Amino acid sequence: MKYALLIHEPEEVFGVRQDPEKAPVYWGAYVAFGQALTEAGVMTGGAALQPAETATTLRKVDGKNAIQDGPFADTKEQLAGFYLIEVADLDAAMEWAARCPAPEYGGSVEVRPLLVM
Amino acid sequence: MVESLIERSAREAYGRLVALLTARTRDVEAAEDALQEAFLAALEQWPTEGVPRQPEAWLMAVARRRWLDRTRKESRMDRQSDFEAHFDSMETETSRGDVLPDDRLELMMLCAHPALDASLHAPLILQAVLGMRADQVASVFLTSPAGMAQRLVRAKRKIKLAGLRFELPGPEQLETRLGALLDAVYAAYGAAWDDWTGADGQRRLAIEAEMLCAAMVERLPEHPEVLGLWALVKYHEARYAARRAADGAFVPLDEQDVSRWDAGRIEEAEALVRRAAEAVKHSGRLGRYALEAAIQSAHVTNRLNGSRDSAEIYRLYEALVRVAPSRGAWVAHAAAAAEAVGAETGLRLLESVGDGGERPYQPYYALRAELLYRLGRRHEAELDYDRAIALSTDEAVRGYLRGRKGRVF
Repeated sequence: MKYALLIHEPEEVFGVRQDPEKAPVYWGAYVAFGQALTEAGVMTGGAALQPAETATTLRKVDGKNAIQDGPFADTKEQLAGFYLIEVADLDAAMEWAARCPAPEYGGSVEVRPLLVM
Repeated sequence: MVESLIERSAREAYGRLVALLTARTRDVEAAEDALQEAFLAALEQWPTEGVPRQPEAWLMAVARRRWLDRTRKESRMDRQSDFEAHFDSMETETSRGDVLPDDRLELMMLCAHPALDASLHAPLILQAVLGMRADQVASVFLTSPAGMAQRLVRAKRKIKLAGLRFELPGPEQLETRLGALLDAVYAAYGAAWDDWTGADGQRRLAIEAEMLCAAMVERLPEHPEVLGLWALVKYHEARYAARRAADGAFVPLDEQDVSRWDAGRIEEAEALVRRAAEAVKHSGRLGRYALEAAIQSAHVTNRLNGSRDSAEIYRLYEALVRVAPSRGAWVAHAAAAAEAVGAETGLRLLESVGDGGERPYQPYYALRAELLYRLGRRHEAELDYDRAIALSTDEAVRGYLRGRKGRVF
């Protein structure tokens, strides 16, 4: 089955990415995680995202297109990236999620099955 | 006649067939629906065409066909081969012989999956393996039927769409999930126990709870908690008839006529308690059910030998409140202390437990009334009897308490 691992991180962790001292460790952990997924042959896609303040959100308000500067919801945790994986079942996906670095940085990993058309 | 045979097949086979179908489909809801249709077909066909030689295999074959029909309709044709593969593997399984494999433990473990809300584990188990309706499940767990129905449907949808694994988990997970299984089976038995009149057909739950215990012991033969639960259920069931007098009056354990106990069941329970004790020694795991079974064993031994070894019972309750502290366990612990040490100690321990505050706890007042009476504090005892009577849902228990209160004067 196909799953998305959606990485949510608190605002301050986005700062870690730029921090000359902490960034190498942070990225190192993600690179290692990505490599493990690739070597196991389960990764089918994914991306890291720029911080939420770079987001632009579109919706319709009173029938007109409205553009908002920022993410769709202003919450403590923001979407930081995602992995697409293909594994046997949720249990296997959860085992991969447990190896993801996000929780180490106060973030979370949401495991969602993909809708297969 | 045929109807009762169908009902018996349903009782004995329901959980096993849901488990077998779910093992292939990973879809509890579809398995339940397909099986429901198979039972309807049986009700139509068996009375005229006769009961098939292997009723379970027949039900399985029909359920499998219904499931395939539905899946074909719902899905694109290019996945046809997958379904045929499922079909073939199920065919091989069911044609192997009279005895279908028993995957109920896997099914129950699936219902107790950590990806599902913990409060739904036991309700899902009861629905999936016993075929209880959502409103029956809700009444066992004292929640609203509509809310329960909706939450069960959502959970089953998640099982299917999120692809939860249908397999026994590793040792650590198995231990964690097993707790939900045992609690579910005990809750089902509890519902049967409370229903004295049998009006809701809850009595059949007692039989089914025993069957599930047997099925679990078959798969986990040396697990102290599984053995303990089975023994516990057997002790209760053995004394079921004796807990009421001919006129329906409530009879407490120490006044029951032991000749009305089911001696065979008591013996089986005793053997299970010994096995559980061995298993505790080997595994070093001491849990709620092994302890509660040991407590029942001590009570039964006292009654049968005319002895009053209250120290042993108190010691077991000391262990129980350490291992599985609950309000019920603490109140029973205070009662045991009153017997072993004295009413004053019992009362002191009881009052430190508290009466439950917003949801006053009937056993608290019933016990406190007894202890106050013994200590000669008659007026306070009388007040507590009245509170205990007001909190009792069972008329027979109210009658018993009125009688106890009557002694005060």
